[in-house]
Amino acid sequence: MGLSLYQKLVAAHTVLRLDAHNVLLYADLHIMNEYTSPQAFTGLKEQGRAVAVPAQQMAVVDHIIPTHPVSFRIIQDPQSAVQASNLAKNCREYGITLFDTNDALQGIEHVIAPEHGMIRPGMVVLCGDSHTTTYGALGALGFGIGTSEVEHVLATQTLVYRVAKDMRITVDGLLPDGTMSKDLIMLIISRIGAQGARGYAVEFCGTAIAALSVEARMTLCNMAVEAGARGALIAPDEKTVEYVLRRAPDIAGQTMDLALADWATLHSDGDAQFELEYRFDAADVAPYVTWGTSPDQAVAVTGTVPREELLADANDRAALQQALRYTGLQSGMAMDGIPVQRVFIGSCTNARIEDLRQVAAIVKGRKVAASVRAMVVPGSGAVRAQAEQEGIAALLMESGFEWRRPGCSMCLAMNDDVLAPGERCASTTNRNFEGRQGRGGITHLMSPAMAAAAAITGYITDVRNLNARLEAGLAGKQGALHV
Amino acid sequence: MSESKLIQGVGAPLPISNLDTDQIMPKQFLRIINKAGLDKGLLYDLRFDEQGQPRADFVLNQAGYANAAALVGGPNFGCGSSREHAVWGLQQYGIKVVIASSFGEIFYSNAMNNRLLLVMLNETDVQRILADLSNPETNQLTVDLETMTVRSHSHQAVFTMSERHRRMFLEGQDVIGATLAHREEINAFAAGHWQRHPWLQDVAQKTRERLDAGA
Repeated sequence: MGLSLYQKLVAAHTVLRLDAHNVLLYADLHIMNEYTSPQAFTGLKEQGRAVAVPAQQMAVVDHIIPTHPVSFRIIQDPQSAVQASNLAKNCREYGITLFDTNDALQGIEHVIAPEHGMIRPGMVVLCGDSHTTTYGALGALGFGIGTSEVEHVLATQTLVYRVAKDMRITVDGLLPDGTMSKDLIMLIISRIGAQGARGYAVEFCGTAIAALSVEARMTLCNMAVEAGARGALIAPDEKTVEYVLRRAPDIAGQTMDLALADWATLHSDGDAQFELEYRFDAADVAPYVTWGTSPDQAVAVTGTVPREELLADANDRAALQQALRYTGLQSGMAMDGIPVQRVFIGSCTNARIEDLRQVAAIVKGRKVAASVRAMVVPGSGAVRAQAEQEGIAALLMESGFEWRRPGCSMCLAMNDDVLAPGERCASTTNRNFEGRQGRGGITHLMSPAMAAAAAITGYITDVRNLNARLEAGLAGKQGALHV
Repeated sequence: MSESKLIQGVGAPLPISNLDTDQIMPKQFLRIINKAGLDKGLLYDLRFDEQGQPRADFVLNQAGYANAAALVGGPNFGCGSSREHAVWGLQQYGIKVVIASSFGEIFYSNAMNNRLLLVMLNETDVQRILADLSNPETNQLTVDLETMTVRSHSHQAVFTMSERHRRMFLEGQDVIGATLAHREEINAFAAGHWQRHPWLQDVAQKTRERLDAGA
């Protein structure tokens, strides 16, 4: 029987088999941030242990960092400042590469690692952050780990790893105009559920996936964890190779020949077995929006908030009631037309240059609605510089967007970018959990293009109809919900 | 040892689907470099109102559930963020075991690494137990790791758990120490791995050197 891509990657990194379910898995790259690593370093010190391979570790200050548009950033919150200085101290002590607060290349961990060629096909990448699944876009097995496991990786460069089951999601066809890979993954999560991929490593394939850019694939793999996936993978192709080689000049000459030969084997064999398979038609994808407090509580923007009586499962009905109590929506209400007070464009899901280009294309020549505060937080210093060079930054500021410094920002609101209670936000992030962006704040997940459209009109708007909507005048459309 | 094989106490019903780790341990409690004070943060927005006053209608604030040792939750308990702070907070609050029909994957590993017992039962069993726990008169729960059973007032259910996790819970193994005992095998593996894939070696450091040289 043939092997799946996932099985090949696990086999290539298995130091030894521990028991029927667990292997000792070797990590090629370990990435750390300021809030899930401190206790791991403390544990290491208490046991008098060394960092096994410092050259394969990298750290970033991203979760707590303020994003105000100042040239030199000072972390005002004393506790957060200690987290940043503590990370710097730990990195100095153990000789670990750090992208610190005022490093010109600082950014969100899952943005800077691939953009500088650190993520390569065939790697195992670990990080104390659930969105490490992003790297599957490059044919690398990435997944999030807890702080105890961070300590384990620091000390041993390995992880005790429970091998996942194989799932394949095939998407054929072409994504319709006005939709992005964000809409595709939101559709998939809404169909298979928040635990639909729990216990599985998911391989995405099909003509629709092949047609996606590498950055669009990152969005897809990033959010696979919102269906509970323990990993997401896309077999490397020419686009992947081009993306990586352009960023990794050390892969040259004979090494490049070896690498290309190796990467050509990184695909599931024709007779590989998958325990679970799903098929989707890209033509079914529409701009998606969440209505609830779990990423699977989403519908097409042309749709309405579901009716409880149509849900078969008792837990789903209870979840719907709970979600609507929090989001202040009612069953049957149209999604299109719901007013928002905030727009957030950013996060490891959607803060790369292609995302910002999409936003710029929608926003160009238009103004952010007077009722909206709209922020763009680029994913990294490099993305920020690129957007400034392309004129995107100037265009966004001219339209009324705040153009900020990179960081995780209001995706999880650990810094001072926070929703006020009752504020409703069109957000390009990955989680619409209760209180995620601020206590009492309400998150509607959507694509960058959709968030841009919401910024212009002041309400959730089908981006495909934005022109017509603006020509007809905004008046009269709004009013589905008065907040 | 027999002590740790038996968990007895009040069980609190928390029948919320997809109760994520953001809700279990909100962001404002994560700005620490140790593990202190997480008992205060546990389920904060559910336990306390905007003024910081306990919400009378939340189960853990009710008289019969004040000293809960167990939580019985909805499916996909602990999904979302990898923050281990959620597990530390549950333990600091006094929770010894969480029962649900499924758990978020990273949360599950985190719990095992901290000896917070997680018991997976099918949804029917969970519902029967929740029904018992909803009445303070019948909210006692026993989890027996000898017989691998959960007993509530009127219901009993058997559960399974991998032998590895059972041992981790009972013996509190030093997982890192056990792995370090394989140090020679790890080093031998790495040597072969780099020979086969030289482009994967020391990428973090090499990238930094390249970026610094180009700056």
